[in-house]
Amino acid sequence: MINFFKVAIFSLLVVGGFWGFSNFGIPQIKPAPPPVEEKLDLGAMTMDQFVALGGKIFHGKGTCTLCHNAMGRAPMLDQIGAHAVEHMKDARYKGEAKTVEEYLHESLVKPSAFVVAGFGKSGSNDTESPMPDVTGGGIGLNEAEVAAVIAYLQDSSGSEVTVEIPKMEAPAEGEGAAPVEEAALKTPEEILTKYSCGACHTVADHAGELGPNLTKIGAKRNKEYLRQAILDPDAVIATGYSGGMMPAAIGEQMKASELELLVNYLAGLKK
Amino acid sequence: MLTRNMKITFGAFMLAILAIFMLPDFVPVANASDVVASAAATDVAAEPVANAITYPPAPTLTEADYPQIAGVNSRVAVWLVAQLHLWFGAFVVAVPMFVFIIEAIGMITRDQRYDNMAYEFIKVTITAYSLTAILGGLLSFSLILFYPDLFKYLAMIFKESMWAYALLFFVESAVLYIYYYGWHWLQGGNKKWVHLTFGLLLNAAGLTLMFLANAWTTFMMSPSAVDAAGVFNGNIWEAIHNFLWNPINIHRVVANVAYGGSVVGAYAAFKFLNAKNKEQRAHYDWVGYNANFIAISALLPLPFAGYYLTAEMYAYSQQMGITLMGGVFAWLFIIQAVLIGALFLSANYYLWCGMGRSEGAYRYNPKIKYIAFVLVLAFLVWFTPHTLVLTNSELKDLGGPYHKYLGAFGIMPAKNTAVNFLLTFTFLSFVFYRRANKVATVSWAAAGNAAQIALFTAGLINIVILGVYYGYFTNTVYKVAASIPQVLTTLLIIIISVVIDTFMYKGAKDVAPLHWGKVPARSQYALFLLAVSFTWLMGLMGYVRSGIRQHWHVSNIFRDASPDAFTPSLGYAASVVSVGTILFMTMVIFVFWLSTISGKHVVAKGYWKEQA
Repeated sequence: MINFFKVAIFSLLVVGGFWGFSNFGIPQIKPAPPPVEEKLDLGAMTMDQFVALGGKIFHGKGTCTLCHNAMGRAPMLDQIGAHAVEHMKDARYKGEAKTVEEYLHESLVKPSAFVVAGFGKSGSNDTESPMPDVTGGGIGLNEAEVAAVIAYLQDSSGSEVTVEIPKMEAPAEGEGAAPVEEAALKTPEEILTKYSCGACHTVADHAGELGPNLTKIGAKRNKEYLRQAILDPDAVIATGYSGGMMPAAIGEQMKASELELLVNYLAGLKK
Repeated sequence: MLTRNMKITFGAFMLAILAIFMLPDFVPVANASDVVASAAATDVAAEPVANAITYPPAPTLTEADYPQIAGVNSRVAVWLVAQLHLWFGAFVVAVPMFVFIIEAIGMITRDQRYDNMAYEFIKVTITAYSLTAILGGLLSFSLILFYPDLFKYLAMIFKESMWAYALLFFVESAVLYIYYYGWHWLQGGNKKWVHLTFGLLLNAAGLTLMFLANAWTTFMMSPSAVDAAGVFNGNIWEAIHNFLWNPINIHRVVANVAYGGSVVGAYAAFKFLNAKNKEQRAHYDWVGYNANFIAISALLPLPFAGYYLTAEMYAYSQQMGITLMGGVFAWLFIIQAVLIGALFLSANYYLWCGMGRSEGAYRYNPKIKYIAFVLVLAFLVWFTPHTLVLTNSELKDLGGPYHKYLGAFGIMPAKNTAVNFLLTFTFLSFVFYRRANKVATVSWAAAGNAAQIALFTAGLINIVILGVYYGYFTNTVYKVAASIPQVLTTLLIIIISVVIDTFMYKGAKDVAPLHWGKVPARSQYALFLLAVSFTWLMGLMGYVRSGIRQHWHVSNIFRDASPDAFTPSLGYAASVVSVGTILFMTMVIFVFWLSTISGKHVVAKGYWKEQA
C-alpha cells in the first residue's frame, strides 16, 4: 500500500509539474475570439477610411500577413503595383486581367493565375499557388472586403487607387468591420486607451516603459513633429530607442478628429 | 508441416489486409450521383432526379442549436470523454500488436517465458477493452446530446462506415475472447499456429476500427468529397480517404505502440515494487525491460511520423500549417519539447540503471555521463523558444523579442539537429546496454568497433553540417528540406550499426549471467515517468490537432457557433489534459488491480455447507 501511495504521489507531482509549466512557465496567449458578423455602412465611408479598412482586413481577418511577411513564406507586396504590370506581361501568366486592379482581384480569388517563381506549391513547378481563394471557406471575404484590400494594396504600394467603394450595404466579419461605424472618440484618454498607447509610453495614467516618456513631450516637440510621429513612427527615432517597434498603422486607423485631438493633447503636456 | 502452417498464417494475414482495403466496396453506395444513376438504370420510366437522395449543405447554426444540459460545459465534457476513449483505445490497439510479436518470438525460440509474458500483457488489457467500448458509447451519446447537428452531419456522410464500425466490434470481441480464453487451450503444434492466427485477426480488426474512426476525425480537419457549402458529392471511400487520413493513421499506429509499451512498463514497475520475493522481482524486472524496449523502439521513429504529419498539414493548407507552428499554438511546442525531453531522459535513465544487472557494464559506465551531457544539451536546444514574450522593460533590455545568442537556437534547423542528436545518443545508450554483458568473439571485433565509431562520427558531423550550413547560411527553402537528409542520416546510423552489431556479437560470450531484479527501485519510477509523460503528451497533442480547426466543426465548411467556439488557451488546455490524465491513470490502476484479483482464490473455511 505504501508503494501505491508513493507511485500515486510521484505521478501527481509529474502531472502537476507539466500543468504548472504550461500555466506559469510560458506566456498565456489568449487566442482571438471567432469573428462575429457585423454590418458595414459603406455609404458613409471616405476613400481613406476604405483604404484603412483594407489595411485592417489585410492584417487581421484576411490573415494575409501569416505568409506575406519578412519570413519569406510568400512574396512581399510593398511594390505590388509595379510588379503587377510585369507579371501580366510574363509568359507564365494564365489570367485575363488588363489592369492592376483586375490583376489584384484575380490574385485574391484565383491565386494560381500567376505564381511568383519560388513560391509555388511543392512539386508544382510554380504553376500552383499555396494561397487559398480569399472569398472561400476559412477566410471568407465578401466583395466589399476584397475591394478594400485591393484599395489598401494599391495605396501601400504607391499605385493610384482605382477601386471604387461599393455602393451597397455589405455584410462583413471580424475586427476590420466594427470601428468603421463607430463614432469618433471625444477625449484624449479614450484615444490613448483604444490605441493602447500606454502599453509602451508613460502618459496620463499609463506607465509603459518601452517607448519614450510622453508626460512632458509638449515642452520638447511641436504639433507637426507629434503628428508625423503618429502617422509615420519610424520617420524620426528618439535617441536611445530602436525603430520598428511602434505599429505603423495606428495613424491610419484614427479618424482625423481623433488624430488632431491627440496631437493637441500631447502638445499641451509641458509640465 | 511448418510450410503449411506458414501458408495458413500468411493467407490469414493477406485476407485481413484485403478486408481492410475492400471494406469500402462492401458498404452501400453513398454518392448522390451514383444513387441517381442506379435509379435511372433500374427503372427507366422513373424520374431519377425527383427520387434521388440529395444531400443538404452543412448547416448554419446559432448558439440556440447547442443544447445546454444541467450546467455541464459541453466542450469540456466531450473533450474529456473523447480523450479518455482515445487513451484506452490506443492502449488496446497497441498491446495486441506486441503481444502477437512476443508470442511469435516465444513460439520460434520455444522459450515459454515469452509466451507467459504475452499472456500477462493481454490479461491486463482485457478489462480495458470493456472500458474502451463504454467510453466510446459515452462519447457517442455526448456528441448526440451536446452537438446534435454535428453528429447528424457526420453520420449522414459516414453512416455506412459507422455501421461497419459497430459490426466490427462484434468481430473484434469474438476474436479477442477466443484469443484470450483459448490461450492455454490452443498450445503446441498446429494449435499454437491457430492461436497466433487469431492474434493476427485481432490486430487486423483493431487496426481497421482505428482507421475507420481516424477517418471521421481527419474529415473534420481536411474534408473531402464535399463542395464549399459542405454538400456531400462523393462516395464513402473518398470521404474516408481524405488528405490527412493516412498521415494520422501512420502517426497513431507508431505512437500507440510506444504508448502501449510505456503503460505496460508502468504495470511491470508497480508489480516489481510490490514483489514478494526475488523471483517476482526478477520476472517483473524482465517484463519492465521488454516493455521499455518496445516503447523506445517505437519512440525512435515517432518524431519522423510527426514531421510527416505536419508536412502533410502544410501541404493540405498552408494556413493550417502556419496556425499550427507559427500562430497561437507555437508555444505549445515548447511544452511538447519538455515532455519529449522527459520521455527520452527517463527512457535513457532506465537503461543506465539497467546496466546494474550486468557485471560487464563497468566498461561502459564512464561513457554514460557524456551521453547524459549531450542529451541534456539537445533537450535545451529543443526547448529554446523562437521568440520571447516579455514585459516592456525586459524587451527594452533585450533590444527586441529575439535573444542575441539564444535566438539562433529557436529556429527549426537547430531543433532538427537537436532531435537527431537526441535519437542517435538514445540509440547509443541502447547499444551500450546490449553490449554490457557480452564480449565479441569474432576476429574482426576491433575493426567492427572502429567502423561503428567512424559511422557515428561521420553521421553526427553530417547532421551538424546539414543543420548549421543549410539552416543558417542558405535560403529558407533549404532550411526545411535539410531535415530529410538529417533524418535519413540518423536512420542509417541506426540500421548500419544494428547490422554490424548483429554479426559482431553472433556467438558472443556472456560476461556472467544477467542478474534480473538487480536494479534500484528508482529505476522503476523512470517507467512511471515515461507512462505519465506519454499520457499527458497525447492529451496535449490531441488538443492542438483539434484546435487548429479553430472555430470550425469541419474545416472551412461547417462553422462552430457554440458558446465554446473560441480556441482555449494553453493553460486552460493543460488543466483539462491534467484532469484527464489523472482520471485515466486512476482507471488504469483499477484495470491493473482487476487483473491481479482474478488469479486470487480464497478458501472460506466453514462458510459452505458440507456436502454429504
